[in-house]
Amino acid sequence: MVSVDSEPVAPRLERSAVKILVAGGFGVGKTTMVGSVSEIVPLRTEEVLTSAGAAVDDLTGVSGKTTTTVALDFGRITVNQALVLYLFGTPGQERFWFMWDELATGSLGAVVLADTRRLDSCFAAVDFFESRGIPFVVGVNCFDGAPRHPVRQVREAIDLAPGVPVVHCDVRDRESSKEVLVTLVEHLLQTVR
Amino acid sequence: MSETGWFDEDSRRLVRPFAMARGRTRPDRYDLDMITLVVAVAPPERRRADPGQAEILEICSHPLSVAEVAAKADLPMVVVKVLLSDLIESGDVIFRPPVGRGTANDPDLLRAVLDGLRRL
Repeated sequence: MVSVDSEPVAPRLERSAVKILVAGGFGVGKTTMVGSVSEIVPLRTEEVLTSAGAAVDDLTGVSGKTTTTVALDFGRITVNQALVLYLFGTPGQERFWFMWDELATGSLGAVVLADTRRLDSCFAAVDFFESRGIPFVVGVNCFDGAPRHPVRQVREAIDLAPGVPVVHCDVRDRESSKEVLVTLVEHLLQTVR
Repeated sequence: MSETGWFDEDSRRLVRPFAMARGRTRPDRYDLDMITLVVAVAPPERRRADPGQAEILEICSHPLSVAEVAAKADLPMVVVKVLLSDLIESGDVIFRPPVGRGTANDPDLLRAVLDGLRRL
């Protein structure tokens, strides 16, 4: 039995969290990236979203609404004693996550993964973060055999704003994924200054 | 409530979570976010008989995000938020909201994140 004598102060949780989103088209490697840098085996929750624009807040009369289930994969990086960083891979094949306010709100920024074989699959994510004013970097995931287009060419094809960093990466590789995140946070710092 | 034999697996997936939350789906009292951190502070003898609550308390014996608790409990976050709200209300769980939107532009915070990433 735990004794709690002389515990006059109310317990306080001396730790808080931040999040970064990993977005991009279906099969571009979002979950792989989360897994390669996460200190835990990526976890998954399945959420029911409604057309009303959020995770379900009221199931009464839900039959009259458009609902969809999205799986959310995420990982964790302990930044220091006081701070935890969560990486959320946005649900890929679903367009519905764009309506999920809680997912985007309060995120530090985002990584948009691109596959040069189907570059257009990242356009929706790019548009979303641009319109929301959420800073992001583009990681061009170099799949085996995928042509390695120069960064400049990719930037032009996506029609990115000049300040947005574009980096090549291999999301299966921890160091490479880590570099993408470092690039993002450096970019965030530059934006703040 | 501990009997789930009435339901097949498909309906169980939907019915169990919302039955556990006793039909409530609005945990707005504490405005819990998916990355709000929670931790159980209740001594074991105070822990509840309610199996849903007991499971949640067991899972958050060390600080975890709402999303992690949901994944580990195999429940949607919306349900976990309801269960956690009750446990916060009863003083069994404490929580810490995520670093706020305004402070997301805090250079010190960003530098801390950068240092943490470089140490990986």
